[in-house]
Amino acid sequence: MSDSAPVWQPACPPLASHDGERITLAYGEGGRLTRRLIQDRIVARFGNATLAALGDAALIDLPAGRCAMTTDGYTVTPLFFPGGDIGRLAVYGTVNDLVVSGARPRFLSLAMVIEEGLPWEVLDRVLDSVRDALDATGVQLVTGDTKVVPREAVDQLFLTTTGIGEVIQPLAGPAGLRAGDEILVSGPIGRHGAAVLCAREEFGFDPPPLSDCGPLTRPIEALWHADLPVRCLRDATRGGVAAVLHEWSAVAGLGITVASALLPVSADVRAVCELLGLEPLHLACEGTFVAAVAGGQAQRTLDVMRANGCPAAAVIGEVTTARSTPARLRTTAGREIPLDEPAGSPLPRIC
Amino acid sequence: MKYLDEYRAPEAITASLDRIRRKCSRRWVVMDVCGGQTHSLLKHGLEPALEESLELLHGPGCPVCVTPAAVLDAATSLSLERRVTLSSFGDMLRVPGRSGSLLQARARGGDVRTVYSPLDAVDWAVRHPEREVVFLAVGFETTAPATALAILQAQRSAVRNFSVLAHHVRVEPAMRQIAADPAGRVQGFLAAGHVCTVTGYEEYHAFARETGLPVVVTGFEPLDLLQGLETCVELLESGRSEVVNAYARCARPEGNPHAKRLLDAVFRVADVPWRGLGVIPSGGLKIHSSLAKLDACERFGLTASDVEETSGECRSGEVLTGRLKPPDCPLFGNGCTPDTPRGAPMVSSEGACAAYFRYALSGGRAHV
Repeated sequence: MSDSAPVWQPACPPLASHDGERITLAYGEGGRLTRRLIQDRIVARFGNATLAALGDAALIDLPAGRCAMTTDGYTVTPLFFPGGDIGRLAVYGTVNDLVVSGARPRFLSLAMVIEEGLPWEVLDRVLDSVRDALDATGVQLVTGDTKVVPREAVDQLFLTTTGIGEVIQPLAGPAGLRAGDEILVSGPIGRHGAAVLCAREEFGFDPPPLSDCGPLTRPIEALWHADLPVRCLRDATRGGVAAVLHEWSAVAGLGITVASALLPVSADVRAVCELLGLEPLHLACEGTFVAAVAGGQAQRTLDVMRANGCPAAAVIGEVTTARSTPARLRTTAGREIPLDEPAGSPLPRIC
Repeated sequence: MKYLDEYRAPEAITASLDRIRRKCSRRWVVMDVCGGQTHSLLKHGLEPALEESLELLHGPGCPVCVTPAAVLDAATSLSLERRVTLSSFGDMLRVPGRSGSLLQARARGGDVRTVYSPLDAVDWAVRHPEREVVFLAVGFETTAPATALAILQAQRSAVRNFSVLAHHVRVEPAMRQIAADPAGRVQGFLAAGHVCTVTGYEEYHAFARETGLPVVVTGFEPLDLLQGLETCVELLESGRSEVVNAYARCARPEGNPHAKRLLDAVFRVADVPWRGLGVIPSGGLKIHSSLAKLDACERFGLTASDVEETSGECRSGEVLTGRLKPPDCPLFGNGCTPDTPRGAPMVSSEGACAAYFRYALSGGRAHV
């Protein structure tokens, strides 16, 4: 959005919607069509003074103090899945990365790489989702970028969002974990991974698993206000809860044990996992976080989470002294086994 | 969840473990045949819970593990050199052949796709008539009927661009080879419940009679496994080499007649190589010559090269036949890991070595 000149209106503007149903390469080549795409579809939708200025950079006012910044790229097939779509994913993913870092999300950038031939209707639906997700979280879209690339150079649409937030509650992070701390999750695990897998492969589960794609701002801000001794928070995206536990364990140099009987897993996700031989702890979440709190504080933490949009929040385990295997699972038979660290995407077993 | 929670109930598991311990007058040696059972025994912590009463050995029942590297090499070569679309089940894609895995072949430009059913591969072929589509089919009698169905459907629909690279294996001949091993220590078998849902278990009566070893048809949930073990202990304690079905909710004596008819229509019993075990007489299924057009070996003139499957130090053959526990292999965790497998049982999560590595042992010693 580098064109800061006044918008020139040709006598017969080739409105995007009149150029056929699909996006062509010409819309990415920086001229009049690119400007129309930006004006008609971006500025018109997300209009705010900063964005409308269309400067080379967004000029924003940040409060004094520390800021948090994060960026993430989003590719998902299909673009629309039960419970969400790539637009919501791109906003909530970055918003959640900020909020679990103790920051209140304020500003977002959005970069789009669009495959030539993508229907305008698809782009519009995604952008509507981006707008709805921004509205739900009170975050402003202030800058961005648009590229259109030849067919098959990308899979339909890739989004990248960068977020800036105001640090409200700095956390010690996993280095601050202590033996005896308790581990919680904010809701049922593995829902996003199961939903996308089932939608992509058209398994036909009825009802289909629904993604948990959503914002974490409400429960986490509630934790800040409750002044709880939270050690660290993490949204359990790719690699699922297991990846978070392994990472925390490695940083802290301590063990973490979770109990399979305590894990909240919805019936639909469980059915998918049992049928395909997948582990719910390895499946991605997009609106569920893992929390570690000082020992003895789990019930207070649960009460806050449950009162703020996380009715299925649960205590799932505890931090232990260092063990030879960092993350462990207590089985229903009462034994502890190593919790496998996810490697690559979950692949169904043959039998 | 119906048919799941009741087979994982902690109180029932504890009670069953206690009963098995009380019934064992000595430490019996029992082999589970199926990789799914191995996986479940370790995942649910049942094996260490019974360590004092039972020595559990884990048989060769992981179809991914026992697929020869030469078959994977053929699949890789098809995808890279013949430019075919190679499809298979997810966990086959990570298994290394001698020229890498199918996932690595995909990264090198091969068209490799995950499917969830062989019929999906037929469907892909129908929708892409310009591509040659090959389905890499492995597995025991559990997965073979679906392969047979796909082959028959492709034949009926006259799909000209579809074929199957098949390496289906049969469980009972492998059990016979293990039972006949003079150095073998197995005293009783847990037969693979899923296989028996297809084949039935009538053929195990002759097996038990001839080998003198009891066989218990067993499922996969913790209480299924404990029921199978308890039944096996009862047979061993009373000196009876009989066949008992402890998986009656799924397995019937005659199996699944429809699935067996499909198998007969497409496959013939043949001597085939198992990775780590060599050629097992009647140990596999080959596609009938009348269906040669749908057999990728025939269609592309493939012959499996006869190359040593494992390195000299790897003792996977002894692991697969129950002569050696995985941690006692000198390579276990010492250069041989799930990321760098040196032998068959480490290549898939259901192989005995990989299951030990993931769930029970590290560096050769239990820490559970």
